[in-house]
Amino acid sequence: MAEGKKRTALDIIQNYDGPKIRIMEVCGTHTHEIFRLGIRQILPKQVDVISGPGCPVCVTPVGYIDQALWLALEKGVTICTFGDLVRVPGTSMSLADARSKGAHVEIVYSPIDAYEYAKNHRDEEVVFLAVGFETTTPPSCLAVKQAMSDGLTNFSLLTANKTMPMAYEAMKGSADAFLYPGHVDAVMGTKAGEAMVKEGMSGVVAGFTAKELLTAFAVILAKFPQGKPFFKNCYPRVVTEEGSRSAQALMDEYMEPCDSEWRGLGVIPKSGLQLREEFSACDARKKYSIPKMDGKANPGCRCGDILKGQCKPPECPLFGKLCTPEHPVGACMVSHEGACSAYYLYGGNAHE
Amino acid sequence: MSDLITLAHGAGGKQTAELIDRVFKAHFSNPQFTGDDAAVLPVGGTNLAFTTDGFIVSPPEFPGGNIGKLSICGTVNDLSCMGAKPLYLSCAFVIEEGFPMEKVEAYAKAMAETAAEAGVRIVAGDTKVAGKGQVDHLFITTTGIGQIMDGVQTSGTLAKPGDAIIVSGDVGRHGCTILLERNQFGIDADVTSDCAPLWGTVESMLNTTKDIHVIRDATRGGVGTVLYEIAAQSNVGIHLDSQAIPVDPAVRGVCGMLGLEPLYLACEGRLVIVAPRDVADDIVAVLRKGKYSQNAAIIGEVTADQPGRVVMRTEIGAETLLPPPGGELLPRIC
Repeated sequence: MAEGKKRTALDIIQNYDGPKIRIMEVCGTHTHEIFRLGIRQILPKQVDVISGPGCPVCVTPVGYIDQALWLALEKGVTICTFGDLVRVPGTSMSLADARSKGAHVEIVYSPIDAYEYAKNHRDEEVVFLAVGFETTTPPSCLAVKQAMSDGLTNFSLLTANKTMPMAYEAMKGSADAFLYPGHVDAVMGTKAGEAMVKEGMSGVVAGFTAKELLTAFAVILAKFPQGKPFFKNCYPRVVTEEGSRSAQALMDEYMEPCDSEWRGLGVIPKSGLQLREEFSACDARKKYSIPKMDGKANPGCRCGDILKGQCKPPECPLFGKLCTPEHPVGACMVSHEGACSAYYLYGGNAHE
Repeated sequence: MSDLITLAHGAGGKQTAELIDRVFKAHFSNPQFTGDDAAVLPVGGTNLAFTTDGFIVSPPEFPGGNIGKLSICGTVNDLSCMGAKPLYLSCAFVIEEGFPMEKVEAYAKAMAETAAEAGVRIVAGDTKVAGKGQVDHLFITTTGIGQIMDGVQTSGTLAKPGDAIIVSGDVGRHGCTILLERNQFGIDADVTSDCAPLWGTVESMLNTTKDIHVIRDATRGGVGTVLYEIAAQSNVGIHLDSQAIPVDPAVRGVCGMLGLEPLYLACEGRLVIVAPRDVADDIVAVLRKGKYSQNAAIIGEVTADQPGRVVMRTEIGAETLLPPPGGELLPRIC
């Protein structure tokens, strides 16, 4: 039964004879899974897949890394961060380089780990690098909540939390249909995607298994030739219309929208989250009066164009030469969710 | 900055190979210097296999074994992969000041039991104690010598197009066990290390056929790293069927959550075997009767095209590269 269904989705995809279409996957985990499964190779020629700005590490601007470096090197702060971010180059170095110069950088697997680190090391000032979308923001809020209720004064967030809806707006000219991020929508529900239909933008919410991804592609390819914008939740197992009310309430209690800079896309109004005024004690920018930093990326790096879908990784002059997973120049090569890393590792260029 | 040793240099992947080539090979190179698990030494009309291995696993105790058992399995398996019956071992201990005697004894007991099972004698040793903080708990190094069975020649350079690729059981269990034991991820799963001495397994295969081209134990870096090494050493391509690779459901679940590839998690009781297609079914049949190889399976084949690469046929029927090994996945697993 399952086998028959899978073949049907595969049939729809492989026999697609409709017009040229650009499908943008907005989620980094989708980027990785699509490469891992080899989905790009089974798509007909006129179906183009673009990796959008859904890898939190990739869209984090250079200036943010510079601020973290400043905290670590100038203020002697202990930085707690997800591992990927350690290798992202700032203007002059990465956090990994700073570590070999004596900076204290702890790798954690969740914001709660960072809070616990602060609780167990009260003699250190601890800052968690809060990057990520609506999936990682609620646990960051929870960490602040626990730190405040414990009376911890040595824990704060350097926020770069981002939200998806304004990014969809900014990206809508770059693709014909979005593959909406299943994890984000599990938290936020389907409203943002549904609203995009009114703006003429189609999309489906996709899960992460082979079957779920094939189904999502099949639905897009079946509906697109009809010429009418559409939205469908192809991940109903996990995503509901309203999403997780408790996670939304938690975010709303602790955070408020702010303008946010995305690598490659520039500043998108109201696309970020920052801690509300009453939680300023846990806002590293205020606590340490961090100066604004613009940051300079390597001028040859085309991560920005790649994130906008205007360039494929192999078209970047650094790709696979100066920029490899061992020695990344751009953020898209650092994270496993980054388009360049996935292209490089799964041999995307070798198959073209 | 690139001239400092990093954890990646010890991960058994690309950086380890670079370190060996650039430093150790450059200084040690000689006719017997080996790229395989053990060196082959012609002595008195017979071929001996000789190898050594250091163990620094953290934590030193884990479901399915401890550092003592591991230290015997590692060296026994390296010898076995050369088709050599393990004969004698030596062991060197570096112990941290303040470490409980009771634990040293528990590890020694595990070493004796494992050695007995493998039919090997521990005949010499050395003990050093380092000041508190100068080592972490205890480190063990074992060195072993074995006699290569007549008519057997295995090497990573001998894989031929058309050969079948076999694994002797489900992959990634040891690495997954250690990862869960460190408890950094807050994941609970019932996974036991596959740590086992494999001479019996190898002997049963070689009693079935001596027509085996490569036997490797997939330790650090897992089966994926071993396959890339074979592809490079033999200058062949390797095509895998992802659906045929045995993975314990709990290991698959953990890998799914953490975004890890089971082929790159360490094993401590798994062999990768490359043999002509016409003997492959017999090998799998005899393996499946063995104590440590009941889930043996043919997972792919050696090809002439795409030399140096490992290509996977995915569950949707597309072909992708298995991402080449690199970087530190998880330090101190063995």
